[in-house]
Amino acid sequence: MNYVGEGIKKIDGMGLIKGASSYTEDIALGHNYLTVKLLRSPHAFARIKNIDTTIASKIEGIECILTYKDVTDKRFTLAGQSFPEPSPHDRRILGEFVRYVGDEVAIVAGKDEESVLKAMKLIKVDYEILEPILDFEKAIDHKTIIHTEKPYTSFNYGNEHMRNIAAQDLLVEGDVEEELANSDVVIEHSYHTQSQIHGMMENYIAVTYMDFQDRMNIISSTQIPFHVRRHVSKILDIPRSKIKVIKPRVGGGFGGKQTAPMEIYPALITKVTGKPAKLAYNRKETHTCTTTRHEMKLTVRLGATKDGIINAVDIHGLSNTGAYGEHAWTVFSVVGQKTLPMYRAKARRFYGEVVYTNMTTAGAFRGYGATQGTFALESAVNELAKKLDMDPSLIREKNLVKQGEINPTLNSFVGEKSIELASSTLDECITRGKEMIGWDKKYPMQKISPTKARGIGMAVTMQGSGIHGIDTASATLKLNDDGFYTLLVGVSDMGQGCDTVVAQMAAEILGVPVSKIIVNSTDTDVNPYDPGAYASSGTYVTGNAVIKAANLMVEKIVEGASKILNVPEEDIEFNGESLLLKDGKEISLDEIAYKLVSYKGQNQIMTTGTWGGYTSPPPFIAGFAEVEVDLETGKVEMVDYVAVVDCGTVINPNLARIQVEGGVAQGIGLALFEDIKYDAKGKMISDTFMQYKIPSRCDVGDIRVEFKPSFEPTGPFGAKSIGEVVINTSAPAIADAVANATGVRIRTLPITPEKVLMGIVNAEF
Amino acid sequence: MEIKLKINGINKEVTIKEGEYLQSALKKLGFLNVRKGCETGSCGLCTVLLDGKPTLSCSTLAVRGIGKDITTLEGESVEVAKFAEVLTGEGADQCGYCSPGFTLTVIAMKRELESPTIDEIKHYLTGNLCRCTGYMGQLRAVKKYMEVK
Ligand code: FES
Ligand code: FES
Repeated sequence: MNYVGEGIKKIDGMGLIKGASSYTEDIALGHNYLTVKLLRSPHAFARIKNIDTTIASKIEGIECILTYKDVTDKRFTLAGQSFPEPSPHDRRILGEFVRYVGDEVAIVAGKDEESVLKAMKLIKVDYEILEPILDFEKAIDHKTIIHTEKPYTSFNYGNEHMRNIAAQDLLVEGDVEEELANSDVVIEHSYHTQSQIHGMMENYIAVTYMDFQDRMNIISSTQIPFHVRRHVSKILDIPRSKIKVIKPRVGGGFGGKQTAPMEIYPALITKVTGKPAKLAYNRKETHTCTTTRHEMKLTVRLGATKDGIINAVDIHGLSNTGAYGEHAWTVFSVVGQKTLPMYRAKARRFYGEVVYTNMTTAGAFRGYGATQGTFALESAVNELAKKLDMDPSLIREKNLVKQGEINPTLNSFVGEKSIELASSTLDECITRGKEMIGWDKKYPMQKISPTKARGIGMAVTMQGSGIHGIDTASATLKLNDDGFYTLLVGVSDMGQGCDTVVAQMAAEILGVPVSKIIVNSTDTDVNPYDPGAYASSGTYVTGNAVIKAANLMVEKIVEGASKILNVPEEDIEFNGESLLLKDGKEISLDEIAYKLVSYKGQNQIMTTGTWGGYTSPPPFIAGFAEVEVDLETGKVEMVDYVAVVDCGTVINPNLARIQVEGGVAQGIGLALFEDIKYDAKGKMISDTFMQYKIPSRCDVGDIRVEFKPSFEPTGPFGAKSIGEVVINTSAPAIADAVANATGVRIRTLPITPEKVLMGIVNAEF
Repeated sequence: MEIKLKINGINKEVTIKEGEYLQSALKKLGFLNVRKGCETGSCGLCTVLLDGKPTLSCSTLAVRGIGKDITTLEGESVEVAKFAEVLTGEGADQCGYCSPGFTLTVIAMKRELESPTIDEIKHYLTGNLCRCTGYMGQLRAVKKYMEVK
């Protein structure tokens, strides 16, 4: 291997650090964009009795004000998912009802910010205020019904809108109750994971304009350009052929930009006025009016023998989707899909409901339900270990699913046939992680001083690689006239480095340095279809497509050369740089490339590979946390975090390592401080980085990463995904470390000093 | 109101509104990589150097820049390129949105601190948030760049 497995620099890195114009805001210059802003509801739940824009429209510079009376009443979802989307169609562009503080009431467009802000103040809205639901545990069968109209659902995933249920799920194998009854020990606890803000540094932004062919151009910071095209086409009634979505560099996404919360508004303004339009969310809107991680309460029951063999895993979940059902069912079902296959057990079940509330809508977020599920399951396994007085790593050794085993919940759709776990080094990850953190010396805790204790804790988890049976990506390679290649992909690099990784794979097969491959992943007109960057699919799904395209390219080059040179194909050897003929002659690729496209060859070679998987092979991670707790204040400080990862073949160790470090840090945020707060009336108050604390570089301690590669037979060069799995272990490992240091088990995230201290105080009481 | 600002050694004129911040004035002048992430002085994305000191341009009035040497990324191209080499070498660049503010802070730190400890480095940079990288790779790069063991 020459390029795969090398820590090659990110192909866009130098440009980005040097500040090249590359993000939506930078490249959206030159048009005289109308400024678009959205008037938003101050109430958590209300009906608009009357809305009057007459005075506002008279403000100088105002071009267009739209209310629900002016727009289609078509309903849709903004989730970025393959069609037909498994999310309820419960949104309107603007509606008579507003369902959370921040819900859109009117779209205002004008020549500058000043005029728009002025107009927004002069729109008179008369609300009938309704009683909101702000506690998701009270949502089911509440007297308030948030969606009285039946949403369209593409199939039956349990939407019972009259009971405030957006979706339900059930994944079951064996007889859980019986296995629990036959167990020596049964533990049962409820765990609460809070909603979380993506906090990507670049806020949401989109600009729109009609081009010279009268086509709607949308430049947007998105993870899902092809889904955006479909949304806008369906919602605004514009043929898909008349829409072009451009995705420049994206300043972070983490799943947030897998929902398209704002593109439709400027697009509508452009459609109505014919003029270019720009909508840029500020930090408050990015926090409040897009999506968050789903808040969940997960009740876990584990049954085991007294030697620690797990007989049954049972998880009941309740998830809060907020005002709309974006990704409601899919995130929820992933809770079960990524927890139940972890442990060998005779019976396992995941079931429960996703409910509507009058809070900010939840959506996709790195980890996508596996994060929530892992916190609950891994905390429960650690609690089981305590109860059995057993080392938690030992309990995992006894029960974790191993490479080569058939697992009935691995492919995770009920009724599908069981599949074999083709690659896993999770056992080695655990062994290595224990060594690195000094487990045997430090477990469970060390008293540092009369007021300080250090504890360590662990957790393991899995994710998938793409969505099996659904995600399908294409890649196209073009041999240019000068002997370099263009690689066209539709996957969205938002910083994770997938453009570089796919270039490495192509380079490997084509036998050229990465610099000879230009990656274009910009625009729906040019790039082949790809669902986008989500479900950890970039390396795995798109990577496989790239390999197909590249192999085909090698074939076609030899075929083309054979025709031009009049030499049989068998007599040509292609080494990437040149073609070696049997008679000893050597012709450079540059020369052949030029001849191929010219009059002589009349053969511009472009090859396309399309790939979709029938399984979603899981990457694994073993996470170990060491924390220091101040016993007088309850403050938890990260000392060390060790992550050992099996992501199959590591395509780019440098980029993979950063993915792990970044994911672990985001998980530390979830574990220790990130928390969205609402006031009593349902207004989000943690709507800036002042109130919503994400980890700074002083909060994460040391994060140390190693890989234990496996070889995934279906993966590109044996690779699996890495982007999401890395966020999942931080919270349960930290919770266990805190419990080991203090004896206080926190089951409600985040683990704040108050909770720890109250635990200590109450235990002493 | 029209004000004069000296940016990267060159005098510029810009029309600002009352109470306008430096970040917005710089944007108007085409310094697009002076980014904004939070508007509350918490993220460090908008950092520029004022007389060599890292300053949050989102919460510094534009008029405060009058008579000062304002430096953006463009004004430090040699050091920026050096640091970019190390940072990309570590793979410690992800979305890159935090990079301009972070890079300028690092450059100022190199001039200000003599053989700093790891804690001093972290402390100096703590106002520069990054949601992507988890900070470890950035620290490795900074250590190399500062030639700290
Ligand atoms: S934008 Fe200035 S500190 Fe965040
Ligand atoms: S690299 Fe994305 S915020 Fe720092």
